[in-house]
Amino acid sequence: MQVEGKSQKLLRIHRADNVLIVVRSVKPGDREVIDGHDVVFTQEIAIGHKVAARDIHAREKVYKCGVPIGSAKEKVPAGGHIHLHNLKSDYIATYTLDKDHVFVK
Amino acid sequence: MSSSSEAPALQGFLRADGRKGIRNCIVVAYLVECAHHVAREIAGSFRGQPVHLIGFGGCYPNAYADRMMNKLCTHPNVGGALLLSLGCESFNRHRLAENIAKTGRPVATVVIQQTGGTKKSISAGKTWIEQALQEIAEVPRAPLRVNELVVGTVCGGSDATSGVSANPAVGRAFDMLVKQGATAIFEETGEMIGLEDVMSARAVTPELGQQLKSSVEKAAYYYKEMGHASFAPGNAEGGLTTIEEKSIGAYCKSGDSPISGLIKPGDVPHKGGLYLLDVVPDGEPRFGFPNINDNAEIAELIACGSHVILFTTGRGSVVGSAISPVIKICANPETYERMSDDMDINAGKILQLEASVDEVGEEIYDKVLDVASGMQSCSESLGHQEFVLTYKAFEPIGPACLPV
Repeated sequence: MQVEGKSQKLLRIHRADNVLIVVRSVKPGDREVIDGHDVVFTQEIAIGHKVAARDIHAREKVYKCGVPIGSAKEKVPAGGHIHLHNLKSDYIATYTLDKDHVFVK
Repeated sequence: MSSSSEAPALQGFLRADGRKGIRNCIVVAYLVECAHHVAREIAGSFRGQPVHLIGFGGCYPNAYADRMMNKLCTHPNVGGALLLSLGCESFNRHRLAENIAKTGRPVATVVIQQTGGTKKSISAGKTWIEQALQEIAEVPRAPLRVNELVVGTVCGGSDATSGVSANPAVGRAFDMLVKQGATAIFEETGEMIGLEDVMSARAVTPELGQQLKSSVEKAAYYYKEMGHASFAPGNAEGGLTTIEEKSIGAYCKSGDSPISGLIKPGDVPHKGGLYLLDVVPDGEPRFGFPNINDNAEIAELIACGSHVILFTTGRGSVVGSAISPVIKICANPETYERMSDDMDINAGKILQLEASVDEVGEEIYDKVLDVASGMQSCSESLGHQEFVLTYKAFEPIGPACLPV
């Protein structure tokens, strides 16, 4: 494992990855340099979540631990939060609970 | 820190079949839900003593549940068994009692209808256990080498930290155990979807590789039929997005050793190595989800001989198990802070850049040896002895599954 740049919040697990893992919660206003972009976060991102390690285009495979974990549904800029809204499984839809605690795809 | 080349001397409980346990417990096993209360009352009156409650709730016969109960009641950690029958259920209590008796273990069956109801059955059961506890105290001890240990792993309450801290660390501990000749078992083929080719390439023979791949394809089909991947809302809240991403977590617990075989619930590997336990039923989906919760998987790992279970969690599971101790490896440093009483190992240190995956792997290996030598794991000392067994259907494994 190697740390991306001097970041103490984002961890790159594998060199083939196009995502970084949040290892300390990111707060709105936090700044990180990601792939040469000066990224200012506008939302809180909890630990364990992923952000784009570089610009990712729509339908591009997303890699974590050197393994594909699905495809981007839309373009994600470097530093963008990657989750259910912009990443889909290439195998089976992910179900989860929405704000009203109803199962959604 | 123990050096991996010098295995410390452990003392096992020697069973008549030559297998050795790291615990010596009596199981109280109900053979239908109707006998559950009586069994629980009996087991509950021995709080603090090695008396564990297990059972099968179904009234209709099931070959899988029958095999599981037979394997669990003759597990090396079990010294004796009390069977609780209502009297009219279809479970074959006679054969189970015979099989246990054949292994030299004390066994008795209380049939509630014949014994005269609840009170008399509880009283009869308690009297038998008091005497059985004295009997199993005489079980001979024998040196237990690391290569005789069987260690299973499972993850539960996963979040995205599981796959980047605790699970790779368990993978390192598995590598150390396999190198010492121990048996290491990983499972959850339903959580390896998307990684079947990567895994197959590690099989000791191409034929086994094909079997490994087929087992994941079977799981993918099964979950599609269920309309729901093995993915809970807490997983997504914790940052996991897809089943493939969760798969990395489950997969990397296996470490880097070659894969020696594919087994199904109740198959006990006869030599050391790394094994994949196929927990997804064969044939068309019949009884619902392959495993209804983490404890269903733990029971299957134990039925395959696991002396101890390595349980990784990010969100913070608290469960333990009847029969074999569960060691908790907490992946998420914030969860560890909040729930440290329940956690044996803080793998969250990896995320805080305070320890390497290798260092935590060594810590887990040492913890396995400590627990094997009698030290209680956190869940064990807190009294967790969860157990669940449901209906499933399996075909026996073929010759390609155990090539060596």
